[in-house]
Amino acid sequence: MRLREHPILHFRRGRELTIYFEGRPIKAYEGETIAMALHAAGIRVLNHSPNKNRPRGLFCAIGKCSSCLMVVNGIPNVRTCITLVEDGMRIERQKGRARLPIKAKPPEFREAKVVKADIVVIGGGPAGLMGAINASDAGARVVLLDENPMLGGQLVKQTHKFFGKREQFAGVRGVEIAKILEEEVRKRENVEVFLETSAVGIFHDGNEKLVLGVRKNRELIEFRGRAVIVATGAMERMIPFENNDLPGIYGAGAIQTLMNTYGVKPGERVLIVGAGNVGLILAYQLVQAGVEVRAIVEAMPKVGGYFVHAAKVKRLGVPILTGHTILRAEGKERVERAVVAQLDENWKPIPGTEKVFDVDVIALAVGLRPSIELLHQAGCQIRFIRELGGHVAVRDEWMETTVRGIFVAGDSAGIEEATTAMLEGKIAGIAATLRLGIAEEGWVKEIEGAQRDLEEFRSGPFGRHVAEGIRKLLEGVGNA
Amino acid sequence: MPEIPAYLRRGYITPEELFSIIPKPREERLRQRPVAVPECPQEIPCAPCREVCPTNAISMPTPNDLPMVDYEKCIGCSLCVQICPGLAFFMVHYVKDKARITMPHELLPLPERGEEVVLLNRVGEPVGRGKVLTVVPREKTKGDTPIITVEVPIELAWEVRAVKVVRE
Repeated sequence: MRLREHPILHFRRGRELTIYFEGRPIKAYEGETIAMALHAAGIRVLNHSPNKNRPRGLFCAIGKCSSCLMVVNGIPNVRTCITLVEDGMRIERQKGRARLPIKAKPPEFREAKVVKADIVVIGGGPAGLMGAINASDAGARVVLLDENPMLGGQLVKQTHKFFGKREQFAGVRGVEIAKILEEEVRKRENVEVFLETSAVGIFHDGNEKLVLGVRKNRELIEFRGRAVIVATGAMERMIPFENNDLPGIYGAGAIQTLMNTYGVKPGERVLIVGAGNVGLILAYQLVQAGVEVRAIVEAMPKVGGYFVHAAKVKRLGVPILTGHTILRAEGKERVERAVVAQLDENWKPIPGTEKVFDVDVIALAVGLRPSIELLHQAGCQIRFIRELGGHVAVRDEWMETTVRGIFVAGDSAGIEEATTAMLEGKIAGIAATLRLGIAEEGWVKEIEGAQRDLEEFRSGPFGRHVAEGIRKLLEGVGNA
Repeated sequence: MPEIPAYLRRGYITPEELFSIIPKPREERLRQRPVAVPECPQEIPCAPCREVCPTNAISMPTPNDLPMVDYEKCIGCSLCVQICPGLAFFMVHYVKDKARITMPHELLPLPERGEEVVLLNRVGEPVGRGKVLTVVPREKTKGDTPIITVEVPIELAWEVRAVKVVRE
């Protein structure tokens, strides 16, 4: 179940070590997460739900959905998708709700280590990395935290080449962009990086913002700065259908994490739900990894993503069924079949059009929603803007929210693309530095340049939709 | 609501649809030397082909405009095929009763020069067999994408857009 050969990627695996799943020794590699090692060993059921005791497996694989919680070395509720394996680790399936063992000692708040900077960046994806790089260049001391074990956000699993202009990395693969940005961050002495560190709250203390972080599930860290950039990305959407919690039904991003980041084969035969860019790109990546894609189903009457992405998979023989949806998944402890049907003009399944696909994985590529929890908790005004993917923070053209000193960038500001996330991150990083009185006025020109690039990028039929959402946000048209 | 183009309903474009959007190169030009033909009918924010073209043969006033190739200016260098993030550029060259199609190939195994491969059309159906004439591996291209040139019967020049390597 591990990929050895790939047309684009080279998998460099760490030292071999042993973890114990319910007492059974399993081979794993240093640098991979628990859930990936288990999947490579064929273990898909990670816990049983509190209600109805249903088997559950991975869903998002980036620490956001809690579908992969397990008991690790006696500690429950561990997000195994972002927790790295350690030699000798004991891992058990979690059954329903779990309690912390009585002898476990959670850290005390007053013992928290304090880390100070001018700007705290939450999230190390394209927006956060560009925010940190530009804030640093404009003169700020920056601390950047991310709950994943590596920098790059979702770029680390994108094997396709990016669109846009060449100065915006067009023609370069996402995985390569992640490396370039990470290198840029690492070579800046005034940027400190904390990985495997989750931000759990943003608080205000006089002129300072306090970001409470938890490193490796056990260490409390208090990050203090005068400005915060929230670049927490997005969360994969789920759609309702019968048995949609069966292990083997994964968010598209989780499948990319499995096969492209960790070189673990997600399954043998896949049905993809959703023909937007994510679904189409995923289909191509699956074919590259040697996995059969039985079909892509799309409820809309047309392909929602770029036509060129559809043409790429179509000529490799992947069927695209527009005007179709998934009715149900079948299987006992894992996906064994998917049943799809054609939709009529009123989005109702047409009886007699059911098709059964023998698949062991169902990929949901049905859209994303911005991860705004921290912004919401911090008191930023939130509005529902459909074009931006749901609830988003109200912000100005410098990406500053309604709470002074809290900025937002990337998918957490509205679902779009890595290219625009990088531009927004650049704007937020420079704007925050200007607001603190650190950057010289000349940096305003850089913001204006990035704004022009965004405007140009969004001027086509795809971007116009987003531009319309941003216009509503700036004008306060959305529902409060 | 505007009519949904058929190619968006199906996920592939027919030559007739394509050449209602961009002009088809003249037969005489197709016989001269390879010519780049983009199958990029939708306005998306993307410009590397225009930026990489050494003879400025690709016009695209803004990145959201369609690439239009001036077939007379095109020298058949294949840089656009190598760089295109959408893998939507192809080159076509008529030689006697054959056509040589240059296309990206980002799958394993990479065919070898001289190898006979299965020719696939735009929906992935096998439509014949053809010989691979050249292979430019990934590290030798400007766009990090391997490209191959395959010889096909001339009547399949506008059908074949992928190949499948079949080895015993």
